[in-house]
Amino acid sequence: MSITKEKIHEILLRATEIREHILEMTCRAKSGHPGGSMSMSDIISTLYFYWLKINPKDPSWEDRDYFVLAKGHAAPALYATLAMKGYFPLEQLKTLRQLGSDLQGHPDKHSLSGVEMSTGSLGQGLSVMVGMALALKHDQKTNRVYGLLGDGECQEGQVWEAAMAAAHFHLDNLCIFIDKNGLQIDGATKDVMNIDPLTDKFTSFGWAVFTIDGHNIHEIVSTLEQADRVMDKPVAIIADTVKGKGITFMEHQVCYHGAPITDEQLVKAKAELHVTKGTYL
Amino acid sequence: MTSVAPRDYYGKALVELGKVDPNVFVLDADLSSSTKTGLFAKAFPNRFFNAGIAEQNCIGMAAGLANMGKTVFASSFAMFISGRAWEQIRNTVAYTKLNVKVVATHAGVTVGEDGGTHQAIEDLAIMRPIPSLNVLVPADAIEAAQMVHVMAAEYGPFYLRMSRGASPLVFEGTDYQFKLGKSEVIRQGGDVTIVACGIMVDIALRAAQTLQKQKINVRVINLSSIKPIDEAVLIAAARETGAIVTAEEHSVIGGMGSAVAEVIVKNAPVPMEMLGVEGVFGESGKPDELLEKHHLTVEGLIAKVNLVLARK
Repeated sequence: MSITKEKIHEILLRATEIREHILEMTCRAKSGHPGGSMSMSDIISTLYFYWLKINPKDPSWEDRDYFVLAKGHAAPALYATLAMKGYFPLEQLKTLRQLGSDLQGHPDKHSLSGVEMSTGSLGQGLSVMVGMALALKHDQKTNRVYGLLGDGECQEGQVWEAAMAAAHFHLDNLCIFIDKNGLQIDGATKDVMNIDPLTDKFTSFGWAVFTIDGHNIHEIVSTLEQADRVMDKPVAIIADTVKGKGITFMEHQVCYHGAPITDEQLVKAKAELHVTKGTYL
Repeated sequence: MTSVAPRDYYGKALVELGKVDPNVFVLDADLSSSTKTGLFAKAFPNRFFNAGIAEQNCIGMAAGLANMGKTVFASSFAMFISGRAWEQIRNTVAYTKLNVKVVATHAGVTVGEDGGTHQAIEDLAIMRPIPSLNVLVPADAIEAAQMVHVMAAEYGPFYLRMSRGASPLVFEGTDYQFKLGKSEVIRQGGDVTIVACGIMVDIALRAAQTLQKQKINVRVINLSSIKPIDEAVLIAAARETGAIVTAEEHSVIGGMGSAVAEVIVKNAPVPMEMLGVEGVFGESGKPDELLEKHHLTVEGLIAKVNLVLARK
């Protein structure tokens, strides 16, 4: 693995900035989904600030890699990342969820540069990724499709229709993360509707499966490198994550799935993020 | 008049299209031998994907291919592709304005022996309200084939429904050409208008011939572009004939008749009657027996015309 310690620190610093934007955006909007946006921040930071072949100056570059956020409710994480990459001005983040804003509650590909697919209705994103990967294969292109699903999302039957198809069509140009933060609106995923053993499920569906700590940049990068070398099969990276990761009082709390923190809490949260940032500078 | 199942010409048109347009892809959900997409699969195996018995994923994959710039046709029976995959069509295809043409076969009661579980009589009602989605019903196999080419040329999502069986070629030997958003008067008349779609167009023409003997001049409109709808041709018919009967192989709730009523009540209210399936499920039987049972016949249509004329 060739990634330097400095690069890992940069990814972590960007992830912290993403979290700060998520909290500010949802706090200002007085709605949105901070918890599941923060659990995936380290993954999306690694993808956009290190791994994906993309060019924000040329968003429709033919040879780019594609990223589809299947769990569209984590839009704040995607929006913050895209703005930080320069797809649109950071200032626009302030308009999240407001009438007339390009930053819809769930991503709309037609309103915002860098959004590869409109998502939001859970369970549908993986099928779209399969279609995109099929198109790339047909066109003999080497760019790849990456995606991220929620763990609760895997309760949707369509995810398994798509999982079957991805293996059936030998889509080794498709790599997905499962943001396994263990919580969904109504409670713990294992209590609401158990999805485990997730690794066994994807394996039996014909996927190459890796299980990692979704907040360990080193592990994320080395797994992406291994995923690149997998032949003939799609790859699922099951990332154990913490909902609300990065802010002590938000971690593992189901209440921040679909509700923002208060203005007072934001001050406290930003202070904690400031300390975190310091460790990466 | 020659009779052909619209799906036969649909399959052939896909092959013609595939020959001239390498960007066309076709998907099916294990019914390619029935929907006739199998013809395309045989001609262009690299551009055909079978989703298996998984309509939701079929539509999702179609969306993914379209998201990469492909023109995609996705087919299955009307019941399953419109019903099972409704939200996929709504959110992933239409909301995202992707270039996916959902083409449903085996719509309506003429599915026949398979019975009520397989007879979609609600698909127009659930597809019409979806923004950005165009909704088409060909009157015969010739129009079905024309629609394939029109859909390919027109960017955006479509839902097209056709019935299972062979039906008379209404447009055989004519120079008719389907245009999106246009509906043609295919028979002139000034006393009453029948607005029909699908297999009911031929029945409407025959009812009009019979009524002619009673000196009732019936105008017949083929409303094959359900959405966008040709308001002008409907308003003119209401104003000039003063009475409208709609005829469709679909529920009278929310279907083509309702689409016509939405135009008429706003612009030129006249007495209307609707012929269709009266809020009940289908059942097993021979297609003709089922059409008879639901009065989707020349006699049934004439009865509606007489009703509306009495109200005129």
